[in-house]
Amino acid sequence: MYVAVKGGERAIDAAHAWLAEERRGDLGIAALSVAQIRAQLTLAVNRVMAEGSLYDPDLAALAIKQARGDLIEAVFLIRAYRTTLPRFGASIPVDTARMAVIRRVSATFKDLPGGQILGPTFDYTHRLLDFALMAEGEAPLAQDEAGQNDTPPAHIPHVMEFLNRDDLIETEIPSDATPPDLTREPMELPTTRALRLQALARGDEGFVLSMAYSTQRGYGRTHAFVGELRIGMVAVQMNIPELGFAIDIGEVEVTECETVNQFKGSKTVPPQFTRGYGLIFGQSERKAISMSLCDRALRWRELGEDNIGAPAQDEEFVLMHADNVQATGFLEHIKLPHYVDFQSELELIRRLRTEAFAAREAAE
Amino acid sequence: MTNPPEPTDRAAWMGQLARAKPERLRALFPVLPPYEVLRPAEIGTVMVQGRAGGTGAPFNLGEVTVTRCALRLTTGEVGHGHVQGRDKDHATRAAVLDALLQTNQSSALRAAVLAPLAADEAAHRTARAAKAAATKVEFFTLVRGEDK
Repeated sequence: MYVAVKGGERAIDAAHAWLAEERRGDLGIAALSVAQIRAQLTLAVNRVMAEGSLYDPDLAALAIKQARGDLIEAVFLIRAYRTTLPRFGASIPVDTARMAVIRRVSATFKDLPGGQILGPTFDYTHRLLDFALMAEGEAPLAQDEAGQNDTPPAHIPHVMEFLNRDDLIETEIPSDATPPDLTREPMELPTTRALRLQALARGDEGFVLSMAYSTQRGYGRTHAFVGELRIGMVAVQMNIPELGFAIDIGEVEVTECETVNQFKGSKTVPPQFTRGYGLIFGQSERKAISMSLCDRALRWRELGEDNIGAPAQDEEFVLMHADNVQATGFLEHIKLPHYVDFQSELELIRRLRTEAFAAREAAE
Repeated sequence: MTNPPEPTDRAAWMGQLARAKPERLRALFPVLPPYEVLRPAEIGTVMVQGRAGGTGAPFNLGEVTVTRCALRLTTGEVGHGHVQGRDKDHATRAAVLDALLQTNQSSALRAAVLAPLAADEAAHRTARAAKAAATKVEFFTLVRGEDK
């Protein structure tokens, strides 16, 4: 247990002033603007929005600047800010089939209707440092498909629907149930899939990635294929009670991953592929794929699979350790004053040593 | 007052105003008429929901910042603004236009404000779609050694 302490105000003020100076860095270098962070460090901004669980690129960029690029600290700032805001309500669930896609790939179907769209991807880059960026040259412009003046399609069907049509994959049961919200009620175990998806969506990317990777290496096999991965903007719609109808309040960029996994069947149901699902604010396919693998691994109970004791199957282990703000808070609190606790430990070890020495002397 | 608008029509223009870039909306409609504030512009959040598997049961994805306000024109029409982000001016301007679009100024404002916003949006979407189309691929499966 840590205890309240008094004193140190001057030292704390001086530490904060120095922190501000260090944040600014070399005055001979132009200060970084929040707009520059928002526009040019987009994927860092995306990660802070996803794990901060608040979609607001300006605020995420500000948090990154304030946190000196420490993304977990930035997530913490966003979470803290969020608690100061009233919540107006919940959106209508976003319709990802109506996404304005900039990327859409499938590892299971080569010729998917609508085509495979690579989008602005790091895939197929050679991962060689590009020194032209250091020389501050102008970036090349993206190419346009010549003659593409048609209105983009409003509806791009999910690849999984083609499997579903032939009953080869389990059907998601649509519902309008109000989902549980772990920001409002403490998590209770066992949880529901809806709560797990929320926890994974805001979980630490590194943690969720490692959990997903562990299933690939054999700790709870999910045997996943990426049925479809898509990135794009989706409309956010909300029912406005005063008006009695729903309106678009804006749009958010999301990454969605649907995995096709191995079979489930029973005496009554023939074998079917099963699903894992990932949906993340911003562009983060690493996180979206990881989320779908973890989602699938955690569904062992409802799918009637064996719990082989793999960490990724243990919802308490996964969900209670996925949140990097909670983890950081508990981890770092041990550096705060624990003088009283430690005093009692000191007294205890002195007594034990005295007793041990006394026993040894008595034996001699 | 004219006849009340169809909900679908009103929802469409409210969405158009919400999705507009705040600075673009200000440029298209710089001067606000007098109005009475019913609910001052307020910043809050809306919980964005997704569905498991894209089509299944809803879950909470995360929140989005939203600013809302409500006001009444001196002619009596009530306007609502619900816009993503934290720009109170955007929410206010959207609410004023929502009210004005219910008056006989509707067709003039559709031409002066909504049409340019819709054109901007369509141009932006088409440009993104054209860039995406340039990255469309055809993958060919090669014969693997062991298949020979």
